[in-house]
Amino acid sequence: MRGRLTNVVVAGLGGQGVLKASDILADVALRAGFDVKKSEIKGMSQRGGSVTSDVRFGQTVLSPMVSPGEADYLLVLEPTQVEPHKHYLKPNGKLITPDAVDVGKLPNKKTLNVALLGALSAHLPLPEAGWLEALREAFRPEFFEHNQQAFLSGRASQSPGK
Amino acid sequence: MPSAKRQLLSGNEAIALAARDAGVALGTGYPGTPSTEILERFSELGGRGQWSPNEKVALEVAIGAAFAGARAIVTMKHVGLNVAADPLFTAAYTGVSGGLIVISADDPGMASSQNEQDNRRYAVAAGVPMLEPSDSQEAYDFLFAAFEISERWKLPVILRATTRVCHSYTIVQPRGPNGAPKPPRFERDIRGRVMIPAYARPAHKRLRQKLTEIEEWNETGSMNPVIKGDKKLGIITSGISFMHAREAAPKASVLKLGFTYPLPMKKIAAFAQGVDRCVVIEEGDPYLVDAIRAAGIAVEGKAEMYRFGELDVPRVRRILDHDLSPEPAKPPGKAPQLCDGCQYRLVFEALRKRDCIVAGDIGCYTLGVLKPFEAMDSCVCMGASLGVGLGLRHVLPPEQARRVVSVIGDSTFVHSGISGLVEMIYNPPTEGHVLIILDNATTAMTGHQEHPGTGRKLDHQPTNKLVLEDLARSLGVKRVHVVEPRVGSNEFERTLDECLASRELCVIIARRPCILIVKRLRELEQSECEKKEAPCAAG
Ligand SMILES: Cc1ncc(C[n+]2csc(CCOP(=O)(O)OP(=O)(O)O)c2C)c(N)n1
Ligand code: SF4
Repeated sequence: MRGRLTNVVVAGLGGQGVLKASDILADVALRAGFDVKKSEIKGMSQRGGSVTSDVRFGQTVLSPMVSPGEADYLLVLEPTQVEPHKHYLKPNGKLITPDAVDVGKLPNKKTLNVALLGALSAHLPLPEAGWLEALREAFRPEFFEHNQQAFLSGRASQSPGK
Repeated sequence: MPSAKRQLLSGNEAIALAARDAGVALGTGYPGTPSTEILERFSELGGRGQWSPNEKVALEVAIGAAFAGARAIVTMKHVGLNVAADPLFTAAYTGVSGGLIVISADDPGMASSQNEQDNRRYAVAAGVPMLEPSDSQEAYDFLFAAFEISERWKLPVILRATTRVCHSYTIVQPRGPNGAPKPPRFERDIRGRVMIPAYARPAHKRLRQKLTEIEEWNETGSMNPVIKGDKKLGIITSGISFMHAREAAPKASVLKLGFTYPLPMKKIAAFAQGVDRCVVIEEGDPYLVDAIRAAGIAVEGKAEMYRFGELDVPRVRRILDHDLSPEPAKPPGKAPQLCDGCQYRLVFEALRKRDCIVAGDIGCYTLGVLKPFEAMDSCVCMGASLGVGLGLRHVLPPEQARRVVSVIGDSTFVHSGISGLVEMIYNPPTEGHVLIILDNATTAMTGHQEHPGTGRKLDHQPTNKLVLEDLARSLGVKRVHVVEPRVGSNEFERTLDECLASRELCVIIARRPCILIVKRLRELEQSECEKKEAPCAAG
């Protein structure tokens, strides 16, 4: 059989940075030498509708879509979007919502997507250096600092083994 | 060579990069999800990419470039090929000198479309070879292959992608720029390119002859690999369905068709014969299965319920298991809606209040159909608001006819509303008519592209501007009003009432930039003004 895959679904509303978050995750997995696929339905996202993005990585990825009941992680940026997406999670899969981080302490509200990536990162077999490189490439220099802070605080929020 | 690095690209980005690497001299198109990013990225990569007013014109411009011996691509969503079908069918007869690739991005499941037509049918109907990539690497490689086929047989070729190929990111190893294409040059070929019946009759025979040769070539070509597996189950598949099928049935033998018209029937027959059970897994219409069965090869297809929507791994498993039980309903997400400060809100409130009968059109403003407005009564295809509104006015009793209004966006008006406006002048309804053009200075629906009415090109640089009110007046419309719909002003409502009461032909241009482009517009204007070294407005 092929090596095990990691399946992540990122969900939220248009304008929240769902696609940015999944871009970064896919980039980190690529840097770590995995095969990666990322798939999204963006439709009419600028009008505030639901946006989801699937990221799968492992030795060989075939379908770019995560099947319902097979997501190892579901990252939701907006509480109302848990319900419509929770069927993607596998029985003992991990749900990560804004509750995972202290939103009030974020350097800037717009960094919520990256803070939640930080929380997710604590569970994934991807090196911290790869994350920081990917973040540096994803943001203009003036925004990098805030995003790095948000990422690290999200990462610290997950106690080991949780 | 920086482009030779392995990268994670969407199918659209991969096509754009391939177009750049293959030396495409001109890329044309009209925006439409899921195709839009191809030309945008091609232009960012330094290619010459330009939006046309609609897909028909885009294809014609690309045909001209290919007649001159240049490599050209034209991009559109599936329904765009309906608009461009006329030139496509006859370009198959004339053939081309330089390579011409028509990129059709289909949308099974209708993530953002008004129908889920399957454009593989166009390849057959027009007699144009067709390739179907399954991921971004293939999207990249197949564009090169398409050019080879197009130039060898001097025919346009369709590269047919779908939403999941266009918008999925997978790893691509590019080849880097691939040699200089030969310089364009006009060579006269009157009999080959002037399709009067006397020249078109032999041209049709030439086309069929080429297709016979291509079919033979495709039998042994490399674009339809067999993945050897268990003899018990054989799967014939193409496009994204290949990925789902491999995952759903990892042990099966698979014939993956990349070059899907004309089909390599001998290869298909041999594959089907070599397995105990042979199932065709394809998204959308039963295109492959019908063709294969018509050739006398016994294969299984899918149940009708799987014709609707996209396929995915669970659905492929169900097809293989003959599972006809109802599928779990997807929980509804949040529907899109007009932005809070959208200028259209006022327009739809006004139409709702007056109980207007609204012949609508396609764009952001189609969201006027949803609560709280529910102020749209039809939406068929781009440009249809005019014709449909006029038809309603012609036959309804006068008290109803007077409430009919056509509503169209600026990009849609330029795309295919202008001929509807000519119809309004030519066959005016007795009760007159009211056309509202929602001019938000952009093509918002597909991600804010420029169009002829914005006076800017694809890359946002200034060009000649089509002035909508001048056009309407020059066509002979007497009542042309330009108003700004904004909170605190009743100008729009007043004008609407006047027009509805007038029983004449009226055009109301409701002009206000989409709030999401205001910042970009200001930056563009500022930088242009600085270039001119004229005094600039503050801000
Ligand atoms: C033939 C065809 N081409 C392209 C599309 C995709 N599409 C739908 S509406 C639209 C244009 C919308 O622009 P506009 O009329 O200015 O309205 P806006 O979205 O800005 O409100 C496009 C490109 C389509 N549905 N049909
Ligand atoms: S994107 Fe622009 S046109 Fe579309 S709903 Fe928002 S404000 Fe209105």
